[in-house]
Amino acid sequence: MSSVAQKKGFGATLWDWLTTVDHKKIGILYFLGGGFFFVVGGIEAMMIRWQLYKPNNDFVSAGLFNDLITMHGTTMIFLAAMPILFGFMNAIVPLQIGARDVAFPFINSLGFWMFFFGGLFLNISWLYGEVPNAGWTSYASLSIASEGHGIDFYAIGLQIAGGGTLMAGINFLVTIINMRAPGMTYMRMPLFTWTTFVASAMILFAFPPLTIGLFFLTFDRMFGGNFFDHTMGGNTIIWEHIFWIFGHPEVYILILPAFGIFSEIFSIFSRKRLFGYPSMVFATVLIGFLGFMVWAHHMFTVGLGPTANAIFAVATMAIAVPTGVKIFNWLLTMWGGSIKVTTPMLYALGFIPSFVMGGVTGVMQGAAPLDYQLHDSYFIVAHFHYVIVGGVVLAILAATHLYWPKMFGTMLNETLGKITFTFFFIGFHMTFLIQHWLGFWGMPRRVWTYMDGQGWNLANLISTCGALLMAIGVIVLVYNVIITSIKNVKVGNDPWGDGRTLEWAIESPPIYYNFPATPLVRGLDTVWIEKMEGNETGLTPAEPIKDIHMPNGSIIPILMSFGLFIAGFGAMFRTEEAWGLPVLIFGLLWTFVSMAARSLQDDTGYYIKKDEILRDLKRKGGQK
Amino acid sequence: MADVQVYKRTPAEQQLAQRRAKQSMRAQVMMFSLMIFLTLVSFSMVVAHEAGVAGFSKYLIIPMVMLFAAVQVGLQLYYFMHMSEKGHGIPQMFMYTGALLGFLIPLTFVTIVWW
Amino acid sequence: MDLNKKFTPETWPDHPETATLEAKNKFVGFWLFLGGETILFATLFATYIALKNSGPSGFGFSTQELYELPLVFVMTMLLLTSSLTSVFAMYHLRNFNFKKMQLWLAITAFLGLGFLMLEVYEFTHYVHLGFTYNNSAFSSAFYTLVGTHGFHVAVGLVWITLLIFRNAKRGLNLYNATKYYTFSLYWHFIDVVWVFIFTVVYLMGVIG
Repeated sequence: MSSVAQKKGFGATLWDWLTTVDHKKIGILYFLGGGFFFVVGGIEAMMIRWQLYKPNNDFVSAGLFNDLITMHGTTMIFLAAMPILFGFMNAIVPLQIGARDVAFPFINSLGFWMFFFGGLFLNISWLYGEVPNAGWTSYASLSIASEGHGIDFYAIGLQIAGGGTLMAGINFLVTIINMRAPGMTYMRMPLFTWTTFVASAMILFAFPPLTIGLFFLTFDRMFGGNFFDHTMGGNTIIWEHIFWIFGHPEVYILILPAFGIFSEIFSIFSRKRLFGYPSMVFATVLIGFLGFMVWAHHMFTVGLGPTANAIFAVATMAIAVPTGVKIFNWLLTMWGGSIKVTTPMLYALGFIPSFVMGGVTGVMQGAAPLDYQLHDSYFIVAHFHYVIVGGVVLAILAATHLYWPKMFGTMLNETLGKITFTFFFIGFHMTFLIQHWLGFWGMPRRVWTYMDGQGWNLANLISTCGALLMAIGVIVLVYNVIITSIKNVKVGNDPWGDGRTLEWAIESPPIYYNFPATPLVRGLDTVWIEKMEGNETGLTPAEPIKDIHMPNGSIIPILMSFGLFIAGFGAMFRTEEAWGLPVLIFGLLWTFVSMAARSLQDDTGYYIKKDEILRDLKRKGGQK
Repeated sequence: MADVQVYKRTPAEQQLAQRRAKQSMRAQVMMFSLMIFLTLVSFSMVVAHEAGVAGFSKYLIIPMVMLFAAVQVGLQLYYFMHMSEKGHGIPQMFMYTGALLGFLIPLTFVTIVWW
Repeated sequence: MDLNKKFTPETWPDHPETATLEAKNKFVGFWLFLGGETILFATLFATYIALKNSGPSGFGFSTQELYELPLVFVMTMLLLTSSLTSVFAMYHLRNFNFKKMQLWLAITAFLGLGFLMLEVYEFTHYVHLGFTYNNSAFSSAFYTLVGTHGFHVAVGLVWITLLIFRNAKRGLNLYNATKYYTFSLYWHFIDVVWVFIFTVVYLMGVIG
């Protein structure tokens, strides 16, 4: 494994990517996989909006519409937003803390392949013709009764993908706890690392309930269980509780890394350190904790009683406070700073009003009596798209531009980036702002069509036009990616010019072992401190250069995930095909044997010799 | 090339280490006996309740049995799993958070799962 | 790491399970995993508590009449003792006594196997009475909760068996020390969950 660029054949390159345990490559894999599913979810969205642009449309049937809304939500949340965020976390967090990789490189790879095969399993439902159709929340009364294998694809696909997510969560937690460079105390970590830390802790505690809920759904549908069947003593409210005990923390898991990305962007492009760092950390932790206390605000109309509703309403309002603290801190970061309106900064500036709008409608819904009017109306749809698109998606687009050089070594075109932003931002508001009024005017959500003469026609048409603008923005971004890759103009360590944290002190993309010597962290925004003191490299080594311990790649993660993929089909067809049970057992055995193959060997990795590192340093010379 | 500093204990240090280990082992066995005792008491109380022995109402037994379970779990965590030793700050933090949520979830299901 | 490095009782580190970076990572990572498992079992307990005694009308099973306390008592003793024997094994791990550690781990495994066999017997007995998985919400919740615990015991047995055989020729080194330690954490955690099971399911079930 030499760092000298070798001419690798296609086969060797493919093998490298299939067996990689390098966090930078796995980050790219997550990013590309998530990006692909983002396009799939976007096409599903376009079909939804096209069906709704006029009353009594028959572009799609009612059944297909239910498939589309279910898959759009499920795909966007589980297969697009989370993986792309994981991609950035993987690519950037180890660099930000001065580490050479994550704590468990093998498990990092396994987590990615589980996501990949879970997402594949879920979307094969389209090819099979029976698609999940009970909404992304898959409430138990409907989802138990749903005919065909649609919901089975949902339960099993998410189970596999969710397992991968849990692994990634634990991985980031241990990495941040144990592998920070010398001098990097918790209160010197960049905000993106902090939000990764808290989001990963939330993953650790939020995904087990989802696991259980999906098992209950699987057992009820495929193995004769009775958890949700009230005629057998079951209770459908149990599903709602379990799902939202997972589901509410899940949306905070999505937004916290987005907050982290924007913290980095505001600081870099105001040429000023983040205002109120300790309060930002505290607010992040508080959001993480409170996120577990509010789930029943999705269940106000279930009939839990006024006391329960009141408790959860108050908790919901409380959670707005730390978020508000963050907004003010970002604004104060900009105040008095030297602002550079680059594409990432444009997204950050657009994020502030958009997310605040989404947040305040959330507080409105947190008032239980008002929620009785708004629940299951388009107001809710408007709210969550404002916070998810206005928060998470804008962050993803911003981070794509911000971290593209660090991940791929080139810079996306700024002009095209600003064009994407313009189309996407205007389109986003056009699509979803009017939906607040549709909610007030009584349009329910998840309806495949609506009658004429209710006053909803123009609003729906405007909404669909907005969606078209968003699509144009995404197409411009794809074009941007293509021409950037073709032109392939390489950039240096800190192409944005004002990097403050460790990832900007090394090459773009970094050499495979990240740092020649573990850096010494002198304070918050350590690279900025070094630069201000005249140290142009931005790095002070913590120890002399010595041999570096690196992990070996492995094909086993992809094998293990594939076994679960096979087992999923066996479970799904167990009751109707003779091959069902054997295939289920075979798949599980395949996974188990692969795992055993890994565990029974001693794999202590390999060492990069000191000479090689010194040679790399000499070759780079004084590269900026 | 080794990433571990190897330190050879002197005979005195070695004897001290072994004595400490023996003491800690004795403490563990004592904790184990406590656990057995608590288990025995719990089961006996329930048997007494079933047999109709006077004074063993379920309002006495249920809280006591839960208390004994909590104590036993505490002993397992702090002694058998070494959570009392140095270097367990992070495990403690996460286990307590898990315990808090793990208490809230059953509490919810006991109170607001309507029929 | 040099797997050929030979240790003696004098050079063996005080805390072998956290002596290398990989070991520290596995140590913290496994405790975190146990934190997640706490929530997993909490959800199962919550569902069981909500659904116990619930079934189709006239289905005729209740917690007061169904559970066999003597059997559960023996199972508890077996599992609790196996927890102690795993502590003995860790004592020998710290003292660099490979053979004794393997011996006590094997005893742990046998006690665990005894527990599992009794649990299988218990379930078979209930099934003969008509209390099948599909019988009611109560039965589904019971078998899923107690069965998931039993599944965790079974996984633990496979794990320790593989560890014992895998390392029989290798002896103790800093690469596998932490593997044994994480197993013992897992085994204690299983006992913790069982304490809650016998309290909440069986003892409180019998009382009603």
